[in-house]
Amino acid sequence: MLDSKIPAGPLEKKWTDYKGHCKLVNPANKRKLEIIVVGTGLAGASAAAALAEQGYKVKAFCFQDSPRRAHSIAAQGGINAAKNYQNDGDSVFRLFYDTIKGGDYRAREGNVHRLAEVSANIIDQCVAQGVPFAREYGGLLNNRSFGGTQVKRTFYAAGQTGQQLLIGAYQALERQVALGNVTMYSRHEMLDVVIVDGKARGIIARDLISGKLERYFGHAVLLCSGGYGNVFYLSTNAMGSNVTAAWKAHKRGAYFANPCFTQIHPTCIPVTGDHQSKLTLMSESLRNDGRIWVPKKKDETRRPNEIPEEERDYYLERRYPAFGNLVPRDVASRAAKERCDAGDGVGTTKQAVYLDFRHNLINKYGRTEASKQGIVEPDETTLVALGKEVVKEEYGNLFDMYEKITGENPYEIPMRIYPAVHYTMGGLWVDYELMTNIPGLYSLGEANFSDHGANRLGASALMQGLADGYFVLPYTIGNYLSDEIATKPIPTTHEAFTTTENAVNERINKLMGIRGKQSVESFHKRLGKIMWERCGMARNAQGLEQAIREIRDLKDEFWRDVRIPGSIDELNAELDKAGRVADFIELGELMCIDALHRKESCGGHFREEHQTPEGEALRRDDEFMYVAAWALKGEHDWELNKEELKYELVKPSQRSYK
Amino acid sequence: MEHYIMNLTLKVWKQKNPASNGKFETYQVKNISSEMSLLEMFDVLNEQLISEGNDPIAFDHDCREGICGACSMYVNGRPHGPWHGTTTCQLHMRAFKDGDTIVVEPWRANAFPVIKDLVVDRTAFDRIIQAGGYISVNTGNAVDGNTIPIEKEKADKAFAAAACIGCGACVAACKNSSALLFVAAKVSHLALLPQGDPERRTRVLSMVAQMDKEGFGSCTFTQACEAVCPKEISVTNISRLNAEYIAGGLGSDKDYGHQ
Ligand code: SF4
Ligand code: FES
Repeated sequence: MLDSKIPAGPLEKKWTDYKGHCKLVNPANKRKLEIIVVGTGLAGASAAAALAEQGYKVKAFCFQDSPRRAHSIAAQGGINAAKNYQNDGDSVFRLFYDTIKGGDYRAREGNVHRLAEVSANIIDQCVAQGVPFAREYGGLLNNRSFGGTQVKRTFYAAGQTGQQLLIGAYQALERQVALGNVTMYSRHEMLDVVIVDGKARGIIARDLISGKLERYFGHAVLLCSGGYGNVFYLSTNAMGSNVTAAWKAHKRGAYFANPCFTQIHPTCIPVTGDHQSKLTLMSESLRNDGRIWVPKKKDETRRPNEIPEEERDYYLERRYPAFGNLVPRDVASRAAKERCDAGDGVGTTKQAVYLDFRHNLINKYGRTEASKQGIVEPDETTLVALGKEVVKEEYGNLFDMYEKITGENPYEIPMRIYPAVHYTMGGLWVDYELMTNIPGLYSLGEANFSDHGANRLGASALMQGLADGYFVLPYTIGNYLSDEIATKPIPTTHEAFTTTENAVNERINKLMGIRGKQSVESFHKRLGKIMWERCGMARNAQGLEQAIREIRDLKDEFWRDVRIPGSIDELNAELDKAGRVADFIELGELMCIDALHRKESCGGHFREEHQTPEGEALRRDDEFMYVAAWALKGEHDWELNKEELKYELVKPSQRSYK
Repeated sequence: MEHYIMNLTLKVWKQKNPASNGKFETYQVKNISSEMSLLEMFDVLNEQLISEGNDPIAFDHDCREGICGACSMYVNGRPHGPWHGTTTCQLHMRAFKDGDTIVVEPWRANAFPVIKDLVVDRTAFDRIIQAGGYISVNTGNAVDGNTIPIEKEKADKAFAAAACIGCGACVAACKNSSALLFVAAKVSHLALLPQGDPERRTRVLSMVAQMDKEGFGSCTFTQACEAVCPKEISVTNISRLNAEYIAGGLGSDKDYGHQ
């Protein structure tokens, strides 16, 4: 059994006690300690900035041309915090409870409680940085609600919350660059961790412009490299999002936890054809104001607006009256799939459902505006026009984005949406201090597995990324580094750096030497198909076994026949991609192995063999109440380590949103 | 929406590295669906080039949903192409018709040297932010968010300015290669908020000084930047920057008011 090092004592005191007792590093010593941060999204940028503010010497790396472009930027809907500004009964406990329940009882109580505790500080910090959150007319912060909760605790900036939070963290980071406390390496990709005497002591990175391999030392290494949703090829992730940094750590001995816990987001713009390179999310916050439905009649040919109310199946409201359109993501996604599988889908591909704003445009926003403006007995056209103005302010950029992609105006015609891969709950195994099982190697944000169990609630990814970076790691890392103050920087001529760099070099040369016939992209697409079909929204033993065989064959074929044009010593996007796809292929196998071994359904992991008579996920707490942390033993060979999950405060029960 | 298929001619800037001279290459692409994005059309072309044993075209891109600011193509004489308020990655092929010729170049500006083909170096923008595009607040210092009420109108204006994605289209569109819209967006975002007030004066001066140092040109207010900005950042931000700059330069203690 793995030890997560959760502090003793009552849940609500653990973090306070920990902070009161953890070891500290004095300011003079901090200046002698160097920390490497890989990735500059919310977790990485906030950690790099916060650590540099404390006086540590930080080196930060990102593969993009600027840290400001990390994929956190694309998060739309919002960030949760237990502020209870709305006086609707929110509290730290409720945020904690909702997150544990939303995660289908597969997250650690200690971590999640800490997350809820620091959530309020995040909002304060961001406001101080100048993050322009949405405000009420009185000048105070506004909130909206999100799936899986019954309170309004989500702070937002139109549909660009991730952008605004990331720019805040980016600016804090650039301030530290200006002060000389952070050295920034953009267009650099981490390709290995260097381990000296069992501790993480540096990385090998590749300068993506010159193609040169470079060695960097750090007393500790932080991997904040995001999630692995692109293993499915099509996802809402950015094109460059990848698992490589985390996977290299895994290959050096770090455990990879719960890889099969992936989140399929219910509201994305549907796939149009084979040319599709990525999918675009339509924020979950839209479910506040949009109602999801399909026509009751099979093979309906009428346009959505011509279908009368009584001939529509608002299936979420029907199945889950208590939460309606605001059920958690995994539940909403499966329900959409269920309707489409039953042949009720809409659009040319029949793989879509309607998300319709008309009702709230008229009744919620239109009527409020009319009453504000003193318009008596407004007609429908007036109401729609008035409502539009308000919706524009709340979600304007999302509606525009939808129209640009589909050519349809969502103010007039209901959106067509379908689930798509969006987030990965699994990731590097970390303990309470966010340290992996390799001493000195940490993982933050989506790259780790720690806080969301088997399903993440909306508006919680931004919260976790910033919690880890601003408020958790800056404390926990001191507990480790306080014992390292006597460690002199290890020269990068050390043998461990040389052998690691040689290994990286060899792999790159091997890739370039294949000179096969098929493009990197074509392999990635094939991997994605296997994963989506057999390890996607619904999984079963037979399909997973087949997927494992197919992925192994794909791996052989890749290493035999991939074609990478160009050369090593230049900007070569195909080579970068090839390395990432090779890692995705290996990860895909592990995901299927994990999904196969978890003979239960929970959160985003739905095993068809394990469901209730109503088709809901059936957990098996007696056998699977644990974190599955996989250790790599050799090719196609992993060993399972378990971390038992103990629930002190919450009593796990079958999740109900009815 | 009706879909259609088209065949196109592409003239694309190819340049091996910063030191070499670039030139246009001509390519034919077939069976392009009007549902594709422009970058997906480039994916098709690149796959074709790879299968023919040629080098694909290098271009920057990441999110492909108009928010990261990475994509940066100068399409038919206009940064980000023909659609108003749209990034390259959000430009869809229904903007074109069968038989069209599309000319694609990188951003052209001394401060944005070409790295390869359509990829340019925009780190100058990061250095401008380093010069003062932030509020100096360390982590952990903050008071409760609601102790700083902000007029909704001002908050909305700050948000509109903060929507800048740092793509550099404004520079590419400007005959002087000025970066003033980008700088003005940041200066406005922070100057409009009470939190940004203490550093107002120094911020604008040092950011503008850094902009000059990076080799961006000066602004003659032709407003070409606003016309192409994918986030529709308004040139009123430039007027605000000018007022801030004058007030900052005067070192006046007079409250010059939030605009
Ligand atoms: S002001 Fe507009 S065009 Fe210029 S960098 Fe910002 S978003 Fe791009
Ligand atoms: S690729 Fe991110 S804005 Fe175009």
